[in-house]
Amino acid sequence: MTPPPAPAATAARPIRPAGSLVIEIEDVSKLYKMGSEIIHALRGVSLEIRRNEYLAIMGPSGSGKSTLMNMLGCLDTPTSGRYDFNGKNVAHMSDDELAGIRNREIGFVFQTFNLLPRSDALRNVELPLIYAGMAPHARHERAMQALANVGLADRVHHRPNELSGGQRQRVAIARALVNNPSIILADEPTGNLDSKTGTEIMELFEQLYEQGQTIIVVTHEEDIARHARRVVRLRDGLIESDGAVF
Amino acid sequence: MALLLYELTESFRIAFAQIRANKMRSVLTALGVIIGIVAVTLMGTAINGIDIGFERSLAMLGDDVLHVQKWPWFGAEDWWNYVNRPQVLPADAERLNRVIENTPNSLLETAVPVCARGASVKFGENQVGGVFVQGTTSDYARLMTADFEDGRLFNETESIAGRQVCVLGKDVADALFPTSSPIDQTVTIQGQPFQVIGVLAKQGSFLGLFSFDTQAIMPLNAFRKYFGVRRNTELQVKVKDKLQLAAANDELIGAMRRVRAQLPGERDNFTINQQQAFKAQLDPVKSGIALAGLFITGLSLFVGAIGIMNITFVSVKERTKEIGTRKALGARRRTILLQFLIEAVSICLIGGAVGLTLTYATCLALQHAMPALPVEFSVGLVFVSMAVSVLTGIVSGFAPAWGASRLDPVVALRYE
Ligand SMILES: Nc1ncnc2c1ncn2[C@@H]1O[C@H](COP(=O)(O)OP(=O)(O)OP(=O)(O)O)[C@@H](O)[C@H]1O
Ligand SMILES: [Mg+2]
Repeated sequence: MTPPPAPAATAARPIRPAGSLVIEIEDVSKLYKMGSEIIHALRGVSLEIRRNEYLAIMGPSGSGKSTLMNMLGCLDTPTSGRYDFNGKNVAHMSDDELAGIRNREIGFVFQTFNLLPRSDALRNVELPLIYAGMAPHARHERAMQALANVGLADRVHHRPNELSGGQRQRVAIARALVNNPSIILADEPTGNLDSKTGTEIMELFEQLYEQGQTIIVVTHEEDIARHARRVVRLRDGLIESDGAVF
Repeated sequence: MALLLYELTESFRIAFAQIRANKMRSVLTALGVIIGIVAVTLMGTAINGIDIGFERSLAMLGDDVLHVQKWPWFGAEDWWNYVNRPQVLPADAERLNRVIENTPNSLLETAVPVCARGASVKFGENQVGGVFVQGTTSDYARLMTADFEDGRLFNETESIAGRQVCVLGKDVADALFPTSSPIDQTVTIQGQPFQVIGVLAKQGSFLGLFSFDTQAIMPLNAFRKYFGVRRNTELQVKVKDKLQLAAANDELIGAMRRVRAQLPGERDNFTINQQQAFKAQLDPVKSGIALAGLFITGLSLFVGAIGIMNITFVSVKERTKEIGTRKALGARRRTILLQFLIEAVSICLIGGAVGLTLTYATCLALQHAMPALPVEFSVGLVFVSMAVSVLTGIVSGFAPAWGASRLDPVVALRYE
């Protein structure tokens, strides 16, 4: 008798107890005006995300995943609805305060890596620390450690074009982690990687989760979503379903 | 505070990396600034040089001497008024000196008659043309600014007797006597033999135009004998205190009117010239240079500023996605604004430095080629041009940098 592989894999995975509330959005909607046309990217989404959660956001293309992600990452503000980050209403924050939240509380991982092409890995990872006002020596050490944590201790002086796709994404993850954020937001982090490298990245996320990181991953691949502990499905700007992964 | 410092150093780092990555583009962009800075610094150097040269030359002429003459040096408009004036003659000097002596607390020291004309001076095979030959009295020693390299001026006896002796300027002496000493040799001036009794030390030239070293000085009585008695004479009047030049000038007018026995209300039939007149004469030249310099500077800086504004817009456009990334990582508006502003300023500063170097090299070359020219590179120029560069950078970089800082991070991240 052969056991079904996927459930067996999931069954072995630890689930960490969820902590305090990090993100709380209530009836959030987002409108885009395109000339005379109004696009409802989000039409009243409510969501709670706690510390130590590992959440996947799924949905067909155009369903509003990235829009939601940008909102959660304080890159964008809702047209209506309430958004509390760590208990503070984001709507009342100034531009600079939002920049501070992005800098200290949120670590972004992009589909296209978004590394600075002319800076080496170390410099890329140091960037959030520069914006946090950390002194050169301290930030150098922190960035080295962050790169070592993603297995790139021997690649610190490589530029992005001297690294493989998987390594680039690891640099980006090190950059996202370097300021000890409350939450990691990854929008299709494996979208530009082959499936093997993608799996390696997801294994890295798994480790981070087990070390206590809070992670939100946007994906439209079921295989990727299966790594998470909870899946939120969007359709046409609305939450279609929200539940645990089995 | 520390944050701002890190942001600044980071901005400079980015700026220089950016400039290095786009060398050609940056150089072409900086061209306007380079030209502008060269123009403004060359202008500064030229005006400064004129001033310095002028002060030097004035000192050579004697800045405590007033010149009583028939004609003004500059701006004789009503020609008839001047042409009908009586000649200034050596006898006027004697009368004037008597008036000065009889004036208690006179601001004037003495008046010395000086006649001059061009002539050639010969010694054997050697000949120097266009020598500025002056005839004067032994009192000339009291207002002379030149030093003697060798020998002396004629004394009172030689002066009154009109002895055929002369003092040569340095260049004349060197040309006629390249190997031997001219002292006690006999040269020929206007077909007459003159014994050389002195040689003046090298003085240089007036504004690099008129050399003081091609002159010869002889007793006035000898001069009048061979060059004619009706020649125009000028009276060089030394004042006691050059700080009271204006008052001395007024006193001299009164004294000369008495010498000439002029009636009250009658117009002066002489002119008192002073070096100040040269200065006034140079002012339009200076302001002309300043105007041309400022025009070129303004024009090239304007063109340069537009170029830099354009290149900064391009830079912002090219790096829209990078701006989005930086904002996602916590860059504030100020950070982005600074980054692009500093990029523009850096290009300008580099342009400024290149321009300054060019000017500096030009000055060195000029000094080397024409040592007589009073070209001096001043440190003030460095500050001025750096300030101009920074200002140009800020003015031209502000609009694109402001735009970059205001970019919506989501829109910027989506930019392909
Ligand atoms: N800046 C914008 N201006 C206008 N419309 C926008 C903008 N951003 C998103 N939209 C629209 O909002 C809707 C949701 O877009 P979003 O990027 O969130 O989709 P997505 O779920 O991330 O899709 P994908 O899987 O293709 O990335 C789409 O219809 C999109 O066209
Ligand atoms: Mg998307």
